[in-house]
Amino acid sequence: MNMISLSAIDLSIASLLIILLAFISLTLRLDLAGQIIIAAIRTVLQLLLIGLLLKLLFTQVDLLFISILSIVMLLIAGREVMARQQRRFGGWWGYGLGTMSMFISSFALTVYALIIVIGTEPWYTPQYAIPLLGMMLGNTMTGVALALDRLTTSAWQQRQVIEARLILGQDWRTAIGDITRDSVRIGMMPMINAMAAAGLVSLPGMMTGQILSGTEPLEAVKYQILIMFLITAGTGFAAILATWVGAKHLFDDRQRLRLERLHIKTK
Amino acid sequence: MTTLNLSGIRVLKLEPFSLKIEKKLVCISGPSGSGKSLLLRSIADLIEHEGEVYLDNKKCSETNPVLWRKMLGFLPAESAWWMDKVGEHFSGRKTSYISQLNLPNDCLSWDVGRCSTGEKQRLALARLLSNQPKVLLLDEPTASLDHDSVLLVESVIKNYIAEFNAAVIWVSHDQAQITRIADRVFKIENNQFNEVKKDSTL
Repeated sequence: MNMISLSAIDLSIASLLIILLAFISLTLRLDLAGQIIIAAIRTVLQLLLIGLLLKLLFTQVDLLFISILSIVMLLIAGREVMARQQRRFGGWWGYGLGTMSMFISSFALTVYALIIVIGTEPWYTPQYAIPLLGMMLGNTMTGVALALDRLTTSAWQQRQVIEARLILGQDWRTAIGDITRDSVRIGMMPMINAMAAAGLVSLPGMMTGQILSGTEPLEAVKYQILIMFLITAGTGFAAILATWVGAKHLFDDRQRLRLERLHIKTK
Repeated sequence: MTTLNLSGIRVLKLEPFSLKIEKKLVCISGPSGSGKSLLLRSIADLIEHEGEVYLDNKKCSETNPVLWRKMLGFLPAESAWWMDKVGEHFSGRKTSYISQLNLPNDCLSWDVGRCSTGEKQRLALARLLSNQPKVLLLDEPTASLDHDSVLLVESVIKNYIAEFNAAVIWVSHDQAQITRIADRVFKIENNQFNEVKKDSTL
């Protein structure tokens, strides 16, 4: 199969859609036009940059180099998670909570996939390691951001309920139990939906990209299944971890609700 | 016999407050924002505070907070409900307070949403009493009740004190009520707790 190379003009035509969308949201006063345009420009610049970088990178089979790049990716993902929170934990917690959860879950599962499932030699072969980690981080980031945002917003709105439950002698886990369950569910919803609808409603992005660039469909499918399992598990673990640690940090050692540890996002 | 001992509890700019209660009903009154609710919340260990509270010989800071809050029943001015049905909020076995508070027996199957403010206030009290705490910390428990219900709540609490040797701190603005129920009265003025005679005017 031959791959049809996309030209800059092809992509410019596609970008007209984004401009149209931004224009519509402007006329509807959705307050989103700026965000759409900035996000689109970021997509172009970041992907072009990473494309160039990857080209260079795939020739560099060096563990230290890969590690540094991975950490940079993680730190950026951590910042994005923090930026999505309406109310976030003050100080290092605001940044550290999401970042730590993503680190534990994404890195562990990526290494697991590389060594045990795919079995590349060496395991940190950049052509596999970097895209896989990027995929993991990207999805985990969404899950953690959704879960933490739900956790902190709900805790804030339902502080009277949480306190009422503490007053009646429930421990912190029970008092905030409905909220933590809900937060994890919200964090995992996109991936559960994606798995349930895969192939029937939507063709997953990675697989589509592979098929469009000429890979045999069944090969693309096998990788897609692997990826979906990995990111669902990764997102789930990270969302559970972040929610649990975050919920615990909403209380002190005397199991008092400490909402002053949350700071509202300043624009 | 329950002994509640407050030792130098301090909230806002109030001077530290010490008090020892045994099987008594203590009323506290004072202007809004003077720290009455914060005082009750500190005693229930819901907020950080200076000073120490002892229940019998148990020190608050050395007692499991869950256990502490079960023994010191705090009734906030506004009740909160999180399940659909009233009955789902009752963990204590003793539900006889529902009928004592003149609520129908089937109210446990009610939707929380259809309860009036007054019903919720009495239900919240019944819910608290069903845990059988040794100390009651009541923040204006009769604020939205009609006169007959107010008298009913007062007698239920009085009976509760007699039955369980409980100690009660009751925040109230109603001088007539304070005269009816209080064994001792404290008034917050100029950031100070002053013990006053119960029939003195506020």
